[in-house]
Amino acid sequence: MGIRRTVQYIAGAATTLALLPQAALAAVATTEAPVAEATEAAAEAAGGYVPMAPTDGKGMPVDGGVWFQDQYSPIGDYGAWMHDALLMPLITVISLFVLLLLLWVMVRYRRGKNPNPSKTSHNTLIEVIWTGVPVLILLGIAVPSIDLLAKQYESPPEDALTVKVNGYQWYWGYEYPDNGGFEVISNMLPEEEAIARGEPAQLAVDNRMVVPAGVPIRIQTIGMDVIHSFAVPSLWFKLDAVPGRLNEKALFIKEPGVYYGQCSELCGVRHGYMPITVEALPKEQFEAWVLEQGGELAGADEAAEAPAAAEEGDAEVTTEGEEPAAADVTTA
Amino acid sequence: MATTATPETLPAHDDAHDLHSHADHKPPFFQRWFMSTNHKDIGTLYLIFAIFAGVVGGAISGIMRAELAEPGIQYLGWWTTFLGGDGANFDETLHLWNVLISAHGLIMVFFMVMPAVIGGFGNWFVPIMIGAPDMAFPRMNNISFWLTFVAFCSLMISAFVPGGTGNGAGTGWTVYAPLSTSGSPGPSVNFAIFALHLAGASSIMGAINFITTIFNMRAPGMTLHKMPLFVWSVLVTAFLLLLALPVLAAAITMLLTDRNFGTTFFDPAGGGDPILYQHLFWFFGHPEVYIMILPGFGIISQIVSTFSRKPVFGYLGMAYAMVAIGVVGFIVWAHHMYTVGLSVNEKMYFTAATMVIAVPTGIKIFSWIATMWGGSLEFKSPMWWALGFIFLFTVGGVTGVVLANGGIDDNLHDTYYVVAHFHYVLSLGAVTALFAGWWYWFPKMFGKMHSEFLSKLQFIVFFVGVNTLFFPMHFLGMQGMPRRYPDYTPAYTLWNEIATRGYEIMAISIVIFFINVFYSLIAGKKAAPNYWGEGATTLEWTLSSPPPFHQFETLPVIDDKAGAH
Repeated sequence: MGIRRTVQYIAGAATTLALLPQAALAAVATTEAPVAEATEAAAEAAGGYVPMAPTDGKGMPVDGGVWFQDQYSPIGDYGAWMHDALLMPLITVISLFVLLLLLWVMVRYRRGKNPNPSKTSHNTLIEVIWTGVPVLILLGIAVPSIDLLAKQYESPPEDALTVKVNGYQWYWGYEYPDNGGFEVISNMLPEEEAIARGEPAQLAVDNRMVVPAGVPIRIQTIGMDVIHSFAVPSLWFKLDAVPGRLNEKALFIKEPGVYYGQCSELCGVRHGYMPITVEALPKEQFEAWVLEQGGELAGADEAAEAPAAAEEGDAEVTTEGEEPAAADVTTA
Repeated sequence: MATTATPETLPAHDDAHDLHSHADHKPPFFQRWFMSTNHKDIGTLYLIFAIFAGVVGGAISGIMRAELAEPGIQYLGWWTTFLGGDGANFDETLHLWNVLISAHGLIMVFFMVMPAVIGGFGNWFVPIMIGAPDMAFPRMNNISFWLTFVAFCSLMISAFVPGGTGNGAGTGWTVYAPLSTSGSPGPSVNFAIFALHLAGASSIMGAINFITTIFNMRAPGMTLHKMPLFVWSVLVTAFLLLLALPVLAAAITMLLTDRNFGTTFFDPAGGGDPILYQHLFWFFGHPEVYIMILPGFGIISQIVSTFSRKPVFGYLGMAYAMVAIGVVGFIVWAHHMYTVGLSVNEKMYFTAATMVIAVPTGIKIFSWIATMWGGSLEFKSPMWWALGFIFLFTVGGVTGVVLANGGIDDNLHDTYYVVAHFHYVLSLGAVTALFAGWWYWFPKMFGKMHSEFLSKLQFIVFFVGVNTLFFPMHFLGMQGMPRRYPDYTPAYTLWNEIATRGYEIMAISIVIFFINVFYSLIAGKKAAPNYWGEGATTLEWTLSSPPPFHQFETLPVIDDKAGAH
């Protein structure tokens, strides 16, 4: 399972891109036509991006809430199920069991009721039972727990969209290496502005991390100064952004929406003031957004430039090209 | 010890015959309290110090809870100005927040719980319980205490010198690199690191002292398997200290050289790795949490046995459960690091290993209940605290089983759920055990009976307070509220406000505690040697209250048939 790749610091985005060429080249011939169509549709929609209004209670904490936020990823569903159906009933029963035993001995064996204490101080059978039963319970937990871990570490498909999350003191940068490598800088909105936009204070940002819904995404995190942590509770996602280390993890968002999160590793003075807003859009709208940002669409880019790239034997150059992809596609 | 005592008097003083006639002869004030070599006096010093540090650390958490009572920044600016900073500078006020959370953690761990359970109760009762006249190395014992004191001073100094954006070390008690290296210029973090060095050296010396004392100075007939469980708990704790603290010392020394001498142990630009620091820190840090709770286990065992008028059920199981917790405690550290980017195999291993700890912990809970089963329970105030401990520790323990799962921790890591979990096992577990031990042994240590009523009242108020304070934090954490935040989105308001009310209730219980202490010291009735009656069978109950300045000039002989535990 090579989901986490630790690479040297210097490389940054270029290293990320180096992972991609084979997949990109393989995809060239087959995806040319559909990508072109999609791009046209996207181009029509281009310029139409307005930040999606958040749905109340979705992807954010709710007033006085006592449970997990509703989950919008398969891993979140699995994790929440494991907690709600397995762990929570179990720990409730254990706590109540201990409480009842305590109350029972307090009532039954109080001095007034039982003036002469027994001398029993050993009972091998009961000791074996209260060692063995917990072992069995823990084995019962371990099986789904290990399975959940394995699922969390499943690698995204090679052609999954990559978003590189850069942690800075004290804001986030979202880099799209598959789409021309532009970076969206995301700062927290002041309270008044957040409220004016109908978003929760302390969670809203000026520029969101926009991603497609319903497709696998590869999130890579790195810290640019100190350690940060990229966390979105409603997506069951948390991954530290550590200097000198590129962490990677798959993310799949089931449906469009706005999902809020916050930096979750103490990173200095404004640690509490670098929230995360993930906006998941249908694929076409995401592509339109990419174009509007001056980015290019991954497939389209290779469609236009792959022959040249193949001659030069250097696919990386094309992926790193600075020109907007849209222009290439229309000329092609 | 550089001493003003005339050397000629010392040999005479050490002479057994002379000692005999001066069993309760106490040295003059300065010599007695500042140059002490008496384990009971040093224990008392530790307890006074721990209470003082606990008040400081508790007051800091009061500022934190006040600030968190509602969204927005209300009080931090005022405190920044009060401490000599610029309250109008928003970043400085936020830096103060980070200083407060760091100081609260460091003070409570290194200067409250550890000095109280190990330095205080350990010093006081380990020698007595094994029938020894004193600790093996009385002067080293004294150095241990004063190093703790100096360490605390160093930590206090760190709060008043520049630490980057403002005064103080705002790195969290974990002092993660690179926030603590390149992220925190100024001398403040150096002072904080130095404080940890000194506290660590103090604890290592204390550990050596306890291990030597317990292995070599047991009274005739007091075999290892007859030692009271409190002594067992301190023995295991001492080994944990001895093995874990040097690793911390190494890690923070590397921090120090990274900060000041251009090394790059934790700096990727020079080939280092910030995650290395976390591995080293938590290799110490996880045993550290058992260091804080194990002596509490020992105290609870003594109390439950005493007030059930029954020997501890499954004594050997209890002793070796603590040994098992200590051993397994060394191989689970990376569960504090589930989100740093561990490989799937590491994460699976640490998930499985962490859950194993639930087994010996369960043995202890069930054995305490089995000790009471069939007993003749008397509900004196220490028993209230002990029963509270067993339940609260269980609640804190089961949320640990939830967090042990790497896949679940991906959501809960670094949220208030974790804060709730470790406060349930420490603030409600270790501290409840501390109060249990305090009221169990207070008359023994100070010779005056306390008020049972006030102690029980304190327990009720404390129990209500801490549960109101910490239970809602589970909700906040599941809703996603991150730790170490001075401000939050309005959705988190309700439970934060309730938590702050809980703090206020808890604070009242501390007031009751002090009233009881001062009332008892001033007006308490003189305590009998064994004021708890026939259930109290360990050796401290054979001595007067307080015990003579030097006890056991004639070593007690442990009868084969008498259950020492």
